[in-house]
Amino acid sequence: MNTSAHCIIIGASHAAVQLMISLRQHGWEGSITVISDESHLPYQRPPLSKAYLANTIADEQLALRAPAAYEKLNITFKLSTTVTAIDTDNKQVHLDSGEVLHFDKLALCTGARARPLPIPGADLNAVHYLRTMDDVKGIQASAASAKNAVIIGGGYIGLETAASLTKLGVKVIILETESRLLKRVASPQVSAFYLRLHTEEGIDIRLNTQADKLLGGQALTQVICADGTAIEADMAIIGIGVIANTELASGAGLAVDNGILVNEFAMTSHGDIAAAGDCTNHPNPILNRNLRLESVPNAIEQAKAAAASLCGIEKPYAELPWFWSDQFDVKLQIAGMNQGYTEAVVRGDINNSRSFSVFYTANNKILAADCINRPKDFMLAKKLILQATDCDSPSLADENTELKTLLK
Amino acid sequence: MPVINYIEFDGAEYSVEVAEGISLMQGAKDNLIEGIVAECGGCCVCCTCHCIIEPQWAEVTGSAGNEEAELLALLDITEPTSRLSCQVKVTAAMEGMRVRLPESQY
Repeated sequence: MNTSAHCIIIGASHAAVQLMISLRQHGWEGSITVISDESHLPYQRPPLSKAYLANTIADEQLALRAPAAYEKLNITFKLSTTVTAIDTDNKQVHLDSGEVLHFDKLALCTGARARPLPIPGADLNAVHYLRTMDDVKGIQASAASAKNAVIIGGGYIGLETAASLTKLGVKVIILETESRLLKRVASPQVSAFYLRLHTEEGIDIRLNTQADKLLGGQALTQVICADGTAIEADMAIIGIGVIANTELASGAGLAVDNGILVNEFAMTSHGDIAAAGDCTNHPNPILNRNLRLESVPNAIEQAKAAAASLCGIEKPYAELPWFWSDQFDVKLQIAGMNQGYTEAVVRGDINNSRSFSVFYTANNKILAADCINRPKDFMLAKKLILQATDCDSPSLADENTELKTLLK
Repeated sequence: MPVINYIEFDGAEYSVEVAEGISLMQGAKDNLIEGIVAECGGCCVCCTCHCIIEPQWAEVTGSAGNEEAELLALLDITEPTSRLSCQVKVTAAMEGMRVRLPESQY
C-alpha cells in the first residue's frame, strides 16, 4: 500500500477512533490526520450526562484510548482546529488557521451538535447545553453553587442529566412541551414508567409546559413558562435534541438529506470520501430503510465499514440498532426500532417495579424491545429480532416461559 | 504496573503493562488488542468483552457477579473461567496473568 497517501478524518469521536484503528488493520500505511474543533483527545460521550457529570469517573476514564495508543497508530492530531471548507476538485481541506491540507482519502465523523433553543435569555450565564466534555465542566461549575435547576426537554439527555444533578444535590424541575416524556422515541408505557421513576426520585416533571424566556441579570434567576408560571432557578440545561453536522458536506457538494447520505459501505456521493456516525443518513438492510442514528454502536460499526471502503475493501454495514440509558439505578437497553409495532407486550411488573421488559411486535414478530434492568432479556431480544422468530404474546408476557426456549 | 498477557484466538500473544485499577477490557483497548469489542464501553450490558482467564489465575480474579454470570450464560461458547473483561479490575497480584480472547470477537 502507498505510504505517501494521506487520510484525513474530521472529528475526534467514537467513529474517528474506530476508523483509524480499522484503517491500520486493513493495511493503510500512509499518514492519518485527525482534525477536531475540540481541545481534547477522543473521549466517550455517553458517560457525559451520566457518570462523568455525577463525578463518579475522572477525565482519564472518559478517554477512548490512552494517548500512547495514538502514538502506536502514528496519528497526527490537529485539535482546537476547525475545518472551514472541503475542496473536492483539488482534494484539499481548508482550516481556520489558513492552512490547507491535501488528502487522498477523507472521512467525515462530524457528529451532531445540540439543537439551540431560540428564546430570550438562552445565552445567560448558568444556562447550558450538554454535548461536550467542556459543556459538562460548565454544568458542574454551576451545580457547585446551585440549589434549583430547570431542565428544558424531557428526552434521554434531560432525564439522565436530571438523575446526575440529583446525585449532586441539586433540586431539579423538568419542563417538557409534549404530553409525555421521551415522546419522539419511546412507547407510552415506557414514557409512563420514566415519569414514575423520576417522580419517585423527587424530580418535579411538568408536561405540556413550554419555556418562554429565561430571566436574570448576568446569571439566570427565573424561567418563565408560556402559561406565565415563573420558576426560580439558578441553573438551566437545554436538551431538546441534536442537529447533524452536515454543513461541510453540503458545502462540498456531497449529497445531504437529514444527514450526510452514504451507502451501505459508508461512502458518500464522492468516491474518496466516507462518513460515519451520528452525521450520516444510511441504509439499514435489516430494517429495509434509511436511518440517522445517535448511538455509539452505530458509530463504531459504520466506521469499520468506512475504513474498509477507504482501503478498497467492501464490508457492508448491517447491524441491528441498539441503545442504552442509565438513570438512577435503572439501566435501559433498547434493541431494534419500534416503528410500526401493533402490540406492546409487557414482561414483568411495569407499574410497581424497576425490572421489566416491553416487546414491540407486529405479526407475531418482535421488532424491538425496551429492557429495564434486564440485560438477559435484552441479549435474547436481539437474537429473537434477528432470527425473526415467531413469538406469541402470551409466551413473551409469561415470566415462567424462558425466553431462551423461544429461540429457533 | 502489572504485566498482563493477552492471547488472541490464533495464538498471537501480547504482553502489556496495565495500570492497577483499570479493567482488563480497557487495558486491552489501550494497547490496541482488538480481540475485545466492548461495544457498551464497560457498562456490563453487551457481552462483547468476553475473555477466558487461565485457570491457575481464576482465584486471583475471583468469579463473575450475578449480572455478569447471567450475561455469560447467553454466550454460545464459554469456559468455567470465562469473564466479561470490563468487570475485572487489574491488581498487583495479577502480574504475569494470562487471558485468552475468543474467536467470536474478531
